[in-house]
Amino acid sequence: MVVEPSLLSVKDLCFERDDIQVIDSVCLDVSDGEILQVEGPNGSGKTTLLRLLTSALTATHGDIYYQGRHLSECRFEYLSNLLFLGHQSAVKMTLTAEENLSWMVGRPIDCEELLAALDSVQLTGYSDMPCYRLSAGQQRRVALARLLLSPPKIWFLDEPFTALDRQGVALVEQCMQKHVDGGGSVVLSTHQPIAMDAVRRYSLVNQLSTGAN
Amino acid sequence: MISNMGFLAFLRRDLRLINRRRGEVASPLIFFLMAATFVPLGITPDAELLKNIAPGIIWVMALLATLLSADSLFASDYQDGSLEQMLISPQLLVMPVLGKVTAHWLTTGLPLTLVSPLLGLLLSLPTAGYLPMMAGLAVGTGCLSLLAALGAALTVSLQKGSLLLTLIVMPLYMPIIIFGSATAQYSIEGLAWSGPLAILGAMLAVAIALCPLAIVSVLRLTTIN
Repeated sequence: MVVEPSLLSVKDLCFERDDIQVIDSVCLDVSDGEILQVEGPNGSGKTTLLRLLTSALTATHGDIYYQGRHLSECRFEYLSNLLFLGHQSAVKMTLTAEENLSWMVGRPIDCEELLAALDSVQLTGYSDMPCYRLSAGQQRRVALARLLLSPPKIWFLDEPFTALDRQGVALVEQCMQKHVDGGGSVVLSTHQPIAMDAVRRYSLVNQLSTGAN
Repeated sequence: MISNMGFLAFLRRDLRLINRRRGEVASPLIFFLMAATFVPLGITPDAELLKNIAPGIIWVMALLATLLSADSLFASDYQDGSLEQMLISPQLLVMPVLGKVTAHWLTTGLPLTLVSPLLGLLLSLPTAGYLPMMAGLAVGTGCLSLLAALGAALTVSLQKGSLLLTLIVMPLYMPIIIFGSATAQYSIEGLAWSGPLAILGAMLAVAIALCPLAIVSVLRLTTIN
């Protein structure tokens, strides 16, 4: 029997910053249709891990495999298939919600589809308002509207629930559900419990406080 | 994933962003004009003396004005996370960076070139000097923008990096200011001014080829933390 290689596979990933081991020997697998929740106390390296996985940072040691191939062989393909939503949501304050969204989606897209996406994140009527006029939660929603329009296979969401109200949280969960139902995968970091079935947890520990040096 | 990573896409986006905060574009221009106005007031209004120093003064002011606006080149992209999105895009970053620098030049170097005749008038620049000065500024400010962008990339992760940026970039500006003011000076003295202009052009060509590559590597380095 041939074992299908998992979508994303991480072997012995380490990251060191200023002689401090921020990420120590992380091994994990993400398969199609799976949600991986990275959890851990503040400072345990959740954001660092996500940035390593999106190749925004380069690991000091360890390997990342995408569909069974080493990342160095399929970098273009991997990066074309991932979406990363970080703490900073890349929303430009001086652009309107609609302009921001159409830029972030990054493919030619018609106006109606954009407006429909903004409608679903409850930003009806805000589409041509500059984003500095929106509240923190609404700005976050502009960035989240991307999830409704994005074809990438694997999503990396860093604290996606920050500044969102309960309705917003439910909306993100819906998006993730739809995404995994369609065969996509999600890696997210959050402290909140997620009310979904397909979630698997991965716990990081704070390297400094455990005295692991 | 941002896949609209072309030169034109970034040029258009940055021009739109700059258009939304026009005041920031106007400030270096007004600085350029005002600072040069002080020269006849502070030194001498004597036309004979002024015409000798006019090219040099105009170039020094242009250089300072470009530096004033340089630190905003990557700062907002860094703060709001756009830069991170750029860095994890599958495409090469060279073209987007070139697009951003071009937008910077179109909104600083080009307007400076266009208002420079006004300064020429203030500083009693002889008529023969106008065209060479403008040609020199148009080419030279291109180099200035590219080098300023390199400095901006180096200091992007610092809170108050603008002074450091100035210190890093200024030594690199030396050849540009030498040949830039020589272009105008030669024409005033009745010499052929195509020589220094050609050297400026050559410097611009080298800068266009190498600076974006350097900027991209520097951005990757400075954002690792």
